[in-house]
Amino acid sequence: MATAVITPERENYLNQEYGIRSWLLTVDHKRIALLYLISITFFFFIGGFFALLIRLELLTPAGDLVQADTYNKLFTMHGMVMVFFFLIPSIPAVLGNFLVPLMIGAKDLAFPRINLLSWYLYIIAGVMMLHCIVTGGVDTGWTFYTPFSTAFSNTKVVEAGLSIFVAGFSSILTGLNFVVTIHRMRAPGMTWSRLPLFIWAHYATSIIQLLGTPVLAITLVLVVFERVFHLGIFDPTRGGDPLLFQHLFWFYSHPAVYIMILPAMGVVAEIVPCFSRKRIFGYKAIALSSIAIAVFGFLVWAHHMFVAGMSLYSALIFSALSYLVAVPSAIKVFNWTATMYKGSISFSTPMLYAFGFIGLFTMGGLTGLFLAALGIDVHVTDTYFVIAHFHYIMVGGAVMGYLGGMHFWWPKISGRLYPEWLGKFAALIVFLGFNLTFFPQFILGYMGMPRRYWQYPPEFQVLNVLSTAGSTILAVGYVLPMVYFLWSMRYGKLADDNPWGAAGLEWQTTSPPPTFNFDKEPEVTWEAYNYDQIPDPAAEEVPVER
Amino acid sequence: MFDNLPLWPARASAGAGNVDALYIFLVLLATFMSVAIFSMILVFALRYRRQPGRTAEQIEGSNALEITWSVVPLGIFMVIFAWGAVIYFQERTPPRDATEIYVVAKQWMWKLEHVEGQREINELHVPVGRDIEMIMTSQDVIHSFYVPAFRIKQDVLPGRYTTAWFRAIKPGVYHLFCAEYCGSQHSGMIGQVVVMEPAQYEAWLSGGNTSGSLASNGESIFQQLGCVTCHRSDTQGRGPSLAGIFGKPVQLEDGRTVIADENYIRESILSPSAKIVKGFKPIMPVFQGLVSEEQLTELVAYVKSLSAPPGAGTKVQESKVQ
Repeated sequence: MATAVITPERENYLNQEYGIRSWLLTVDHKRIALLYLISITFFFFIGGFFALLIRLELLTPAGDLVQADTYNKLFTMHGMVMVFFFLIPSIPAVLGNFLVPLMIGAKDLAFPRINLLSWYLYIIAGVMMLHCIVTGGVDTGWTFYTPFSTAFSNTKVVEAGLSIFVAGFSSILTGLNFVVTIHRMRAPGMTWSRLPLFIWAHYATSIIQLLGTPVLAITLVLVVFERVFHLGIFDPTRGGDPLLFQHLFWFYSHPAVYIMILPAMGVVAEIVPCFSRKRIFGYKAIALSSIAIAVFGFLVWAHHMFVAGMSLYSALIFSALSYLVAVPSAIKVFNWTATMYKGSISFSTPMLYAFGFIGLFTMGGLTGLFLAALGIDVHVTDTYFVIAHFHYIMVGGAVMGYLGGMHFWWPKISGRLYPEWLGKFAALIVFLGFNLTFFPQFILGYMGMPRRYWQYPPEFQVLNVLSTAGSTILAVGYVLPMVYFLWSMRYGKLADDNPWGAAGLEWQTTSPPPTFNFDKEPEVTWEAYNYDQIPDPAAEEVPVER
Repeated sequence: MFDNLPLWPARASAGAGNVDALYIFLVLLATFMSVAIFSMILVFALRYRRQPGRTAEQIEGSNALEITWSVVPLGIFMVIFAWGAVIYFQERTPPRDATEIYVVAKQWMWKLEHVEGQREINELHVPVGRDIEMIMTSQDVIHSFYVPAFRIKQDVLPGRYTTAWFRAIKPGVYHLFCAEYCGSQHSGMIGQVVVMEPAQYEAWLSGGNTSGSLASNGESIFQQLGCVTCHRSDTQGRGPSLAGIFGKPVQLEDGRTVIADENYIRESILSPSAKIVKGFKPIMPVFQGLVSEEQLTELVAYVKSLSAPPGAGTKVQESKVQ
């Protein structure tokens, strides 16, 4: 079935209308998803460029490539761009936007215009951030710690803070739209227990976005007020408390990690059953663990502050709670693994990314156990151990999930297939490059190299060279998919409606889908992941995967 | 045995071995878990790879398995939690008779003062085998006092004192890093800790030029600023007598009781009306902005010396406060 029958091109969301206006004023969730795709890809490569400069500077112990102040701005803007302009919107705003209505059998999101508004807010915030970068940048670290940010830094703190403030509203609106859509717009028969786990993950994510983001917005406004109007909120010389800032900041920014990783978990929960030809193992456990992560995720923020000067007893409580949040993550890993048991497994590109995700997320999660252990955290917090840990979660986890999802749903999004061998090759490159970049940083961290160091003692050089070498490989792995996705839009083979033989409503409509998604409203009479009822497209081909 | 393997820094403090023991346990546990999960995936992927004629067996799930792989990890996690908490408790509870060293951090420099009066910059000399407590504050932004070889790290905040302690067990020279980003020269805010044999240390102590002990300097500031006119050594002053109060509970005017620790004394100098001692009036002037961090530490050291057992430091024989 790999060769599609050539028919006159059907009307779909891509060819329904042409012209720049039809894109910039669209209220179609699929077109908005593509607008987001273009925007976040742009910011991903800006953030990645900063990362490469950071790694090049760290090739030698002396600070010789850029000035200290430039270096400080580089890691600050790498963090801000990647967190707020790539990772947080990545899966929800692109894949979520595209797929949530399709998966539940709806015509669009509940509030299509608010969806477009959220993209415009993102763009306004992005322009502010770019302006801030171009006109001098900011050097506080993405964490904005006070009183450095409010009283000492002489860079563009206010502009960066306001930019993230605006980006926060974009995130809140997306979350709001998803919550309402999932509650109100499900097709007949699409009960909560039949929802794909991707939807459950996005539901949990949206709740975090709705409840957490306002706290970050308020905190940043307070930083701006203290800086501009000299109010004494966080600055001790004006009667403020710098630890208060850290509590408020991490109250959002720890759950923000789950905004990044939960959707990626949702992607993996779609890919693994498809390429194992099996219903997912422990549907309920996975769905509930998403909700558990969203709830427990709000109770662990102060584990970022074990050496910050808070009381011994609150440290004990936050350490114990941090271990609780590890349990639902472990449940997910075990269930994905169990899903493969007695399956019929093929190694297509999305599945390779899912393998990569499980492996890297497991390592990120296990090193989280180190950091939650108080006695060890004292030694390794604020060192490269932490850098390695959160990159395993946020890049090894979230970005692997994002790329896996992009490959899985690309035929649906574009109606074309990408070259499979190139896909597999790029997945392998990303995996190897990632590990070479970040694994040495665990060792560096335990040896004691502090983070945010522009120059460092010479004994740390060998591991830093390995890491820099890895980052160049990783960069190749990230550029490749962008190139062949673009290529496939014109030259790729036409995709079937359901090239993977996957379960889920999104595969029952055409590729690419029509503007209103389904020609007639679907009615769901089956459970999710009903792979026993779906023919395997590869089964007819000989030979099969070796 | 593994001292030449660059997997961890030197173990130069009494607590370092405990941290490494838990670390090694966790490395083994994490390796075991990763290998277990990865080999399961690998075995399944090969054993059940797609072949002509194979159909997947549809399996719903298993509550027994779900409960097992929730409860067993939770149990292991709680063991790690308890182990880590015990180490943290030791790290955070300085021994009673520890030698105190005062630290003032600023962009981008560590200033260290020994009780005997020695002052150092970006270098700290300590003897082997003695408990050392660091009492630290910052003049500007947040810094963090980090000695990897001792496995200790503590943020140093403006406007309050934080403490950390260690007992060095191995002579040598070790890195002192600032671990909390503090601006342009953050990575230049590094120094070294020189751990010496006690005899060498005594020689070093007597060799340096000192300008009087911390407490005696504090006493002269106490005189200069006129503190002594109200805080008299008898109980007749307009302010409470300070003799013997350090580390003791103090009854406040509003009914609360606080312990007179370093942070309390600091606050009472900088903004005296924050906590008024029972029976006194809020008449003391505010010293915020009038005394430097160094003078503050000397004043605190002086007030502490008033509670020291006879024979130690500057001694003032005095009756107890009420």
